[in-house]
Amino acid sequence: MKNFFATPLRDEDFKKKNFCYETWIGNCFYAWDCGKAIGRYLEGLKEGKILGVKCPKCERIMVPPRIFCEWCFVLVEDFVELKDTGKINTFSISYISWDMKRLEKPQIPAVIEIDGASPGYGILHLISEVDPKDVKVGMRVKAVWKEEKEREGKITDIKYFRPY
Amino acid sequence: MRRRVCIVGVGMTPLKALSPEVSYKEMMFEVANKAYNDCGINPRKDVDTFICCSEDYIEGTSIFDEYVPDQLGGALKQVHTIPSDGLFGVCAGILQILTGEFKIAVIEAHAKSSNILTPDGVHMCALDPIYIRPLNVNPIFIAGLEYNSFLYNHLFTKEDCAEVVVKNKKNALKNPYACYGANLTIEDVLNSFPISYPLNELEISSYADGACVVVLASEEVAKDLKKKPIYIDGFSFIQGSPNLEVRSWDFPRATEEAGKRAYEMAGINNPNREIDFCEIDDTYSYKELQHAIALNLNETIINPSGGSLGMGYIYEGTGLMRLIMAVLQLRGEAGSFQVRINNDLPRKAVVQSWRGIPTENSCVLVLSRE
Repeated sequence: MKNFFATPLRDEDFKKKNFCYETWIGNCFYAWDCGKAIGRYLEGLKEGKILGVKCPKCERIMVPPRIFCEWCFVLVEDFVELKDTGKINTFSISYISWDMKRLEKPQIPAVIEIDGASPGYGILHLISEVDPKDVKVGMRVKAVWKEEKEREGKITDIKYFRPY
Repeated sequence: MRRRVCIVGVGMTPLKALSPEVSYKEMMFEVANKAYNDCGINPRKDVDTFICCSEDYIEGTSIFDEYVPDQLGGALKQVHTIPSDGLFGVCAGILQILTGEFKIAVIEAHAKSSNILTPDGVHMCALDPIYIRPLNVNPIFIAGLEYNSFLYNHLFTKEDCAEVVVKNKKNALKNPYACYGANLTIEDVLNSFPISYPLNELEISSYADGACVVVLASEEVAKDLKKKPIYIDGFSFIQGSPNLEVRSWDFPRATEEAGKRAYEMAGINNPNREIDFCEIDDTYSYKELQHAIALNLNETIINPSGGSLGMGYIYEGTGLMRLIMAVLQLRGEAGSFQVRINNDLPRKAVVQSWRGIPTENSCVLVLSRE
């Protein structure tokens, strides 16, 4: 450091604005059209159902639904109702919140392979009502839904999945 | 002779002000299918490289390239995105094919403009954050600066610029892909709401939703595909200065430079005589005049499609939209808005695109059907 001719900056230099810098809070707001496939998926969630689609060529059942099969590149229009149960494909235990605060109770995001969908097809959601150290790959889980009147056609209409 | 790359397939959605019935992925899937059917290829087997032109700020999703492959048939294939206008993606595709390693390239660009709730806020993020943004002026002022300088330094009037709007919106009435066709008068344009002096509301192209896909192929492969190929005789893409302080405000020098290079490559000496029509940037009324002069095309037929003023502005899709309109003309597939030169189909066209404020860039393609 002896030969490094620079001024070291500390946290308080930033706080006191001891040097020049600029900040900007963007005014960027968006909406997203859900379209046919995800639109219908969200309507299904509102009704307490998980919907998938079946490819007419390779016959895979995919969830969340899409209007195309990415491998066969054909139009997919056949919606099928799936169960609200499945098994954990992979999971993590997150000890920090989205804005980098330490969490007392960790979150458990997981990929849940939904029963009735083709192997490997699952949705991403949270696992709860379980001690994090007991969560395992392959664990059977079931959706815990919001009350019908509270559901609004969002992925959060499922509160979380719990072991059953 | 220089090897040429061909346009072999095109697909585009008619532009709309709103499109809640489809997601951007579904829109992309629809036009990709159109383009693949247009040239008779299967993307899973025949396409070597996919290029999407998209900007994260416009999509509202960062690292957007991860979201594009599936709906184009590009899953587990060579895919990349370019954050610029679609014509820059076409140039990237041309260069990839010219390496000899790729035979067929797919270029995609789209816009869900109706999903951007604060377009001005998004544009603001394109300005220098330290010495321009804190002035807190709506970024459209840059178009006002250009326009004012153009009128001051050249023999054009506000009426000339308003006439561009009248012409393009009228052309768009014949174009089924356009969504802002109208029968206006010069007075209507001049009396419309002032936005940033001297720019009035009707001189600004309106946002639209839509998607475009263009399929490129090497000359050898193109011969065996469904339709007669359209040849890219010349191309160039030029980036200008990011500094608002040292721009050539009255004249689009990047367009002039891109034109010179593309014409040289295509062997065009007198564009006004040799080019039958052009689809060039008209994001704002004065831009069409500026670009026509910079490209020596002011005596040709300009924007028979209606341009952005008549069709709509679809962000990075705009360049591909212009290209597709030109391809339809050269093929004789433009139907109600078909250009004819002495009863014959046009032979040569120029397509040019600009990425809009605050950029000073330009991309030019010279196309022919022989």
